[in-house]
Amino acid sequence: MATETAPPSPAPPQADERIRQVSGLSRLMARPELGAVVGAILVWVFFAIVAFENNFVSWATTAAILNRAAPLGILAIAVALLMIGGEFDLSIGSIVGFAGMTIMVLVTPADAGGFGWSLWPAILVALVVALVTGFFNGFLVISTKLPSFIITLATLFIFRGLTIALTRARTNRTQLGNLDEVEGFALADALFASQWEVFGARFRVAILWWIGLAAIATWILLRTRQGNWIFGSGGDANSARNVGVPVNRVKIALFMTTAFAAFLVAVIQAVQFTGADTLRGFQQEFEAIIAVVVGGTLLTGGYGSAIGAFFGALIFAMVQQGIIITGVDGDWFQVFVGGVLVIAVIFNNYIRQKAAAR
Amino acid sequence: MSNGTPLLEIRNVSKFFGSVIALQDVSAFVRAGEVTCLLGDNGAGKSTLIKVLSGVHKPSEGEYFFDGEQQEFESPRQALEMGIATVYQDLAMIPLMSVWRNFFLGSEPTKGWGPFRRYDSEFAKATTKSEMAKMGIDIRDPDQTVGTLSGGERQSVAIARAVYFGAKVLILDEPTAALGVKQAGVVLKYILQARNRGIGVIFITHNPHHAYPVADHFVILRRGTVYGDYTKAELPLEQLVQMMAGGADLEVLQHELEQASQEGGAEAEALAETADAIGSELEELGEKADEEA
Repeated sequence: MATETAPPSPAPPQADERIRQVSGLSRLMARPELGAVVGAILVWVFFAIVAFENNFVSWATTAAILNRAAPLGILAIAVALLMIGGEFDLSIGSIVGFAGMTIMVLVTPADAGGFGWSLWPAILVALVVALVTGFFNGFLVISTKLPSFIITLATLFIFRGLTIALTRARTNRTQLGNLDEVEGFALADALFASQWEVFGARFRVAILWWIGLAAIATWILLRTRQGNWIFGSGGDANSARNVGVPVNRVKIALFMTTAFAAFLVAVIQAVQFTGADTLRGFQQEFEAIIAVVVGGTLLTGGYGSAIGAFFGALIFAMVQQGIIITGVDGDWFQVFVGGVLVIAVIFNNYIRQKAAAR
Repeated sequence: MSNGTPLLEIRNVSKFFGSVIALQDVSAFVRAGEVTCLLGDNGAGKSTLIKVLSGVHKPSEGEYFFDGEQQEFESPRQALEMGIATVYQDLAMIPLMSVWRNFFLGSEPTKGWGPFRRYDSEFAKATTKSEMAKMGIDIRDPDQTVGTLSGGERQSVAIARAVYFGAKVLILDEPTAALGVKQAGVVLKYILQARNRGIGVIFITHNPHHAYPVADHFVILRRGTVYGDYTKAELPLEQLVQMMAGGADLEVLQHELEQASQEGGAEAEALAETADAIGSELEELGEKADEEA
């Protein structure tokens, strides 16, 4: 516990009686990601005990958890930046589907209803498409001044509908495969879907993307002017505008960032599964938001961290894997996820208040 | 008192919103190193006038001069770049951000180059601390969030920020309105500090007791027009108070206040004493500044 270190004797009148030695612990408590870090440890310990018999503490399970957490974490980190910037994006799951199907329709041979492109031009087009959808989201939010919740709820359906309608109109199918037969696959496979074997467990390269993005996002948030603008835009857009922060540009850039993350996940999944489905990414926006909120980011903006989102995704994956290997009926998984969400948010609020009261 | 040319001046400014006349034929000015006080009760047109001065609204009629040259601002950003900084009452700071991040928000210092260009946080923290010290505020810890500061301290940070970023004219929108007696005194002290550094201060308030100790010059607004324009020498405090409230209104008010003070007795007296103490301290500061000038 932190204890009073200031002497109780009356200070000379000029000294600042309001300052007090603050221990390293309470400084740590003030960090937004603390709850998620502690939570991750607690969840791990819980399953390590409950599911010890089921080999929870093993390389294989660890790999499964990390492989599951990586794509979710990539989305969550981008969503965290956006939420700190004061906005919401419900459409990223649909953008995952849209970007994935864009690639697949472009590379599918012409006789199967596609365009017969090689892979890399298709990936480039999917990137542009994703960035355009992100820009579209941001532009709509800025120009209509409607809550981004409403706008992206609408684009959730619009992008998903477009994915299904366009794919079916062109190829008459909802699933496209055989990506591994397309020119350029080997390089894409190495970059987005390769695996490493460590002690017999397979770790996917997506984990590196996840860690890398978390590091870059943290750098941007804490060490650049743009990061300061993100906090400012989310904390109080009007005040930020008054001191010259380009709030609209910041927000549009953030929507494009979440769309970029969705694109990256779409590519990773398309290459990994050598194909895509029009329903790919379904409900992933909610999982990402859960990871972000569990990670200590405020729903109202202006406060949070990318590291928190990183650990939020990790918690989500641990709960999922833990339930699977414990042999609990998988039907109960969503009940647990909802429960963990509520507990995590209460826990985070408690920690934040504790930290503020010190 | 210096008789130099005004740093910022508006002449015969009117502002209409459709059929509503918000301002009619208003003239005012501020010189460098002086405080001009804009006084007016609710609905007198203070807010509109601030927005005209800070570049948010273009005047419908009349002229705007800055540094002797006529100006037409397209945005508040433009006015800010010329050195006309406005500190709004509640839009000054972002509560969830730390003091140093707030201080430099929108004008962050950077170091490094290319992808390694980064926010120079050491410089920002040190500067925040030293700039606040120049205003006479010993900031506890630049890492603490603005939300943990008191209202007066928040205003002071905003004023220090405007001064640091080269404000020549400082427009303060009711900086003392939501503050207690002591806190208001603290903010008034910073207004004098800013004035002593050669800044022209336009101080908007509806409280003559806050205005009187710091102002060199009073412009009293009423129902969108200038009701009076005086230097401090021409206008004793009692008369200013009277003008602000209007004779009849004031009598009623005084009566009410007397009743309240009879009920509140000792507490009100203690408050009045504090107010007096701060008032005389401020006057001393003002006199000292005059001697220096």
